[in-house]
Amino acid sequence: MASATATKGAAGRGALTTVLFYIFLVVFVFVSVFPLLWVFKMSIVTKAELFASPPTIVPQNVTGAEWAQVLGDPTFQQALVNSTIISTVTTVICLFFGSIAAYAISRLRFRFKGTVMTLILAISFFPAVAIIAPLFIQFTQFGLINTYASVIITDTVFALPLTIWLLVAFFRELPVDLEDAAKVDGATTIQAFRKVIVPLAAPGVFTTAILTFIHAWNEFLFANTFLFDETTQPVTVVIPNFATVYTVDYGAQAAAAVVVTVPLVILVLIFQRRIVSGLTAGAVKG
Amino acid sequence: MTTASSEKKGRGWFKEEFGNPERRTAYYMVLPSLFIIVVVAFFPVLYGIVLSLTDSTVSAFGSFVGLENYTEMFQDPDFLVSLTNTVIFTVVSVALEFIIGLGIALAVNRAFRGRGLVRAAILVPWAFPTVISAVMWRLMFQPGIGIFQYLAETIGIISRPVLSDPTLLLIAAILIDVWKTTPFMALLLLAGLQVIPGEVYEAARVDGANVWQRFFRITLPLLKGAILVAVLFRTLDAYRVYDLFWAFGARELQSLSTFVYEGVRISQLQFGTGNAAAIFIFLTSFLIAMFFIRVLGMRTSAEEE
Repeated sequence: MASATATKGAAGRGALTTVLFYIFLVVFVFVSVFPLLWVFKMSIVTKAELFASPPTIVPQNVTGAEWAQVLGDPTFQQALVNSTIISTVTTVICLFFGSIAAYAISRLRFRFKGTVMTLILAISFFPAVAIIAPLFIQFTQFGLINTYASVIITDTVFALPLTIWLLVAFFRELPVDLEDAAKVDGATTIQAFRKVIVPLAAPGVFTTAILTFIHAWNEFLFANTFLFDETTQPVTVVIPNFATVYTVDYGAQAAAAVVVTVPLVILVLIFQRRIVSGLTAGAVKG
Repeated sequence: MTTASSEKKGRGWFKEEFGNPERRTAYYMVLPSLFIIVVVAFFPVLYGIVLSLTDSTVSAFGSFVGLENYTEMFQDPDFLVSLTNTVIFTVVSVALEFIIGLGIALAVNRAFRGRGLVRAAILVPWAFPTVISAVMWRLMFQPGIGIFQYLAETIGIISRPVLSDPTLLLIAAILIDVWKTTPFMALLLLAGLQVIPGEVYEAARVDGANVWQRFFRITLPLLKGAILVAVLFRTLDAYRVYDLFWAFGARELQSLSTFVYEGVRISQLQFGTGNAAAIFIFLTSFLIAMFFIRVLGMRTSAEEE
């Protein structure tokens, strides 16, 4: 009798815990995505509704005017192109140098491996702002100011540790036997890397590419320092400036902000599992 | 093999390292990455230290002035405001992110329906460019149209616009940072929780340990590594805050990084103090990292080798 009541009580408490848990999850998800949804709402309503007080929860008068204005803005179009070029080139360079270095670190034996890893990791602790003045002076001397090259170089340096770190974690999980077999068959280290590791590591390399791309797409400090011409500025620099260009045209600013996050939200929705595995790859082992 | 190599003195290791084809290949493979990092990051720091000890301008190299830029920097009221803001922002936001993040990680550390959705929701704020989320939040705090400005005024917490009050701006910036990075913190801590074997808890439960004992005696000690990594990365990130203050505060909100930027990129007269502040950030970041590694005993993966 007593035990039956206890079981019933526990079951009731279990159900209550589950309900509370799901309420917690709903609140959590809502808080996370609310700003994006709200700003999207701001971008599709008419100006009159935007300034309505109290604000409307569900959009009443929908218009595409703000989106048309932003998407038709040549500065904004150019910024999207610039961001794409800078992020893509940075990702390709990082993957090229990073995968080579990561292979050596994860597979080959050499004396200064610890020193090399420490040097590379030190960049993650490195405040980028500490070197903007020296780099600005040097880039001026080399004529790199206002060029894609200036931010691609700096983005590469700060994304490379992330790239190497992730790739080392992924490479370590691959079976060594296959490479050894290839080497027994007469393949050189480089051939073993190209023919065996690269195809097997494709999923890990792809995950690394996504994270490196996001890193470069979101970079702001270097772009804001080295690029002051709209022909090369990425979206991260151009959009905050819209506050002065479009002054009180808040709908247009909202539309611009939403456009830039769309590719990232799509990447996250499709590849969330991979991204999480990448983000936690280093942390768990450390 | 090991004894043979350690017996060799002087240039013995050099021959051993570069005489062996596999090892030689390894060096060729890491060298390009190392070269890029040294040339574009470490060399400029040395140059920055030199600049901070001279009266150089952005276009002309000056003469040696000792620590003058540093003494000037510490007397600059703007610098002191930046330093205070940065320290408050770092301590409060990282503390909140850690407590809330740990709570979320503990809550979702189980199998449940809708995991994928929650994971995607976690990643959405993280994946945004910080400047863009700053622009979004600025719109939501804008007088006249901003939902949060409206709500805060309606409830009666504030009587003036958030965007024109330095204290309210800093509080809002902390809340935005908590919104943006707590999920990321939770993700790292959750990954740490998932490698703690369930048997440990079972054993403790059999021995009669209650929830709190299990938390303080098992979870926290076993999670220490993951906590230190997550907190160190967040601390250094918050300490060099730039994007958020610049775009959300629209130059009204100063951090150490915005102070450096103003000095070296905008004002012609503040180049010296800007450089001094840049080196100040570099050295203090280094000390923070050292504190975590030496004093708190954080393990870096480099030591595993």
